[in-house]
Amino acid sequence: MSSESATRITPGNALRPEDIAASGTRAPADVAEYALRLGDDSLILAQRLAWWISRAPELEEDVALGNIGLDLLGHARSFLTYAGSATGRTEDDLAYWRREGEFRSAHLFEQPNGDFGRTISRQLVASFYFFELYTALLSSTDPTLAAIAAKAVKEVDYHRDHSVQWILRLAGGTGESRRRISRGLELVWPYAGELFDDDDAVRALAANGIAPLPSALRTNFDSGIGAVLREAELEVPDVPAAPGGGRRGRHSEHLGYLLAEMQVLAREHPGASW
Amino acid sequence: MSMFTETPSGLASVPAGEPAAGAASGPEAHFEQLLADDSRIEPRDWMPEAYRKTLVRQISQHAHSEIIGMQPEANWITRAPSLKRKAILMAKVQDEAGHGLYLYSAAETLGTPRDKMTADLIAGKARYSSIFNYPALSWADMGAIGWLVDGAAICNQVPLCRASYGPYGRAMVRICKEESFHQRQGFEILLELANGTEAQREMAQDAINRWYAPSLMMFGPPDDDSPNSKQSMAWNIKRFSNDELRSRFVGMIVEQVKVLGLTLPDDRIRFNEDNEDTGQWEHGLLDWAEFKEVLAGRGPCNAQRLARRREAHEDGAWVREAAAAYAAKQSAAQARQNEVA
Repeated sequence: MSSESATRITPGNALRPEDIAASGTRAPADVAEYALRLGDDSLILAQRLAWWISRAPELEEDVALGNIGLDLLGHARSFLTYAGSATGRTEDDLAYWRREGEFRSAHLFEQPNGDFGRTISRQLVASFYFFELYTALLSSTDPTLAAIAAKAVKEVDYHRDHSVQWILRLAGGTGESRRRISRGLELVWPYAGELFDDDDAVRALAANGIAPLPSALRTNFDSGIGAVLREAELEVPDVPAAPGGGRRGRHSEHLGYLLAEMQVLAREHPGASW
Repeated sequence: MSMFTETPSGLASVPAGEPAAGAASGPEAHFEQLLADDSRIEPRDWMPEAYRKTLVRQISQHAHSEIIGMQPEANWITRAPSLKRKAILMAKVQDEAGHGLYLYSAAETLGTPRDKMTADLIAGKARYSSIFNYPALSWADMGAIGWLVDGAAICNQVPLCRASYGPYGRAMVRICKEESFHQRQGFEILLELANGTEAQREMAQDAINRWYAPSLMMFGPPDDDSPNSKQSMAWNIKRFSNDELRSRFVGMIVEQVKVLGLTLPDDRIRFNEDNEDTGQWEHGLLDWAEFKEVLAGRGPCNAQRLARRREAHEDGAWVREAAAAYAAKQSAAQARQNEVA
């Protein structure tokens, strides 16, 4: 990829999916596959968070969770637009017309919302992971990935803060809230491991400086979350890791329902534009 | 009767008049003077109890309408047919939560806590705009709600930007700006559908057919059945009657629907130059019996909307309690630290 093609897409420039589509940049196949993973992670989590709007514990949280969902949807649109550029597909082709087994998201993101404690626990894991990932991607040799990460890292830093504040409040609030946040962490923790699994595809990208090795992000993730849990006087859950498989299109039972709802209207009207 | 509130606007500013010669001094005179000067009344100012009560009722009803109004649209976020539309819709529903927040804050400056207003809402004691008791059945409803419902809201709300109570008027300035953005987004959804496939056109027409009459009824009952309005008009507080505003709105949408290439479900719309009484754009009869049924709690979604709000509130109780307990512990710890220091 020539550096000229990325003149509109540089770290620090606000980057919209429309800009990526208009730039004519085409992702190489291996980068596209990687971008698909990142896009799917954010898309599925955004879809989950969207449910909370009009159902949150207080209006401020309708706004906050809505904001976080919107940020994630923005990241998803950029990554999916870039992923689709390799094969002439749009973000919507990828979001609405792939089957379940073609999604590359990790299991964490499709986990049910549960109560607010479980959602916040999932946010804690997700936001700390995203922060380490996008920080590492700032120095990607792929300028589009680096540019998307530059915008996203600032946003997920805020998401991190939001989840930390709630972990502290819920852990230090009442007996019930402490019980619920502990339970939420236990339910979510098994799905953290998959985020840091390396495979051949990502090892090849890492060798070219395009993407960080997921396993290399784990130390910072653990120390960041460990510090939060210590402050909240919570234990890192002692629960076995779930096997995962999302990067190969092997999902949990939850994703099918989520996709059925997300895709139903678009699929009723093939070829329509909205 | 004004949009999102079921009472006439008794709060729009009164035109500047002659200050009463030799007015008595004291807080009451100050209040009268502020009104006469077309100035804002601020929370610190003395105000008559009736003024305060009317404001709390009107502002809280408006806030409740924003909050309940999130539901029909939130219903389509997870199914939005493109990611761009999903993002726009999420942002819109989030704006509505924001409007609810500004409005509750404005009402709180009058001494009524948000908890009390929320409790009244979920107990079914407070009103919100009846329009949100109709169901959002298709994606095209996202367009029709934006174009017709937000459009009617804007017609009614713009005068409230000049409301004499400062916090309310200022909240309305911001809300009106966002509402007009929402209206354009709604129209754009319909335009895309109208230029789309046959099924999409049908969807758009069906949504307009369902939302047309309810949106016209948002302006309140006809003038001859709206005694409060007459009083408000006589005081020169309410500038335009329900029928005048409704007529003006019909005149707007009758032109806009042509751009869509769709129709309004009313073959009695006509321009009557001579009708300066109830407005020059005339329309067919509206079903006021239905309006009263919905207002009385017997609309298609009244029970559903209220149950959903109550459920969210009750499910979130433990979170709010935790936040309050945590904040109390933090400030106690801070106080101990200050003592030591």
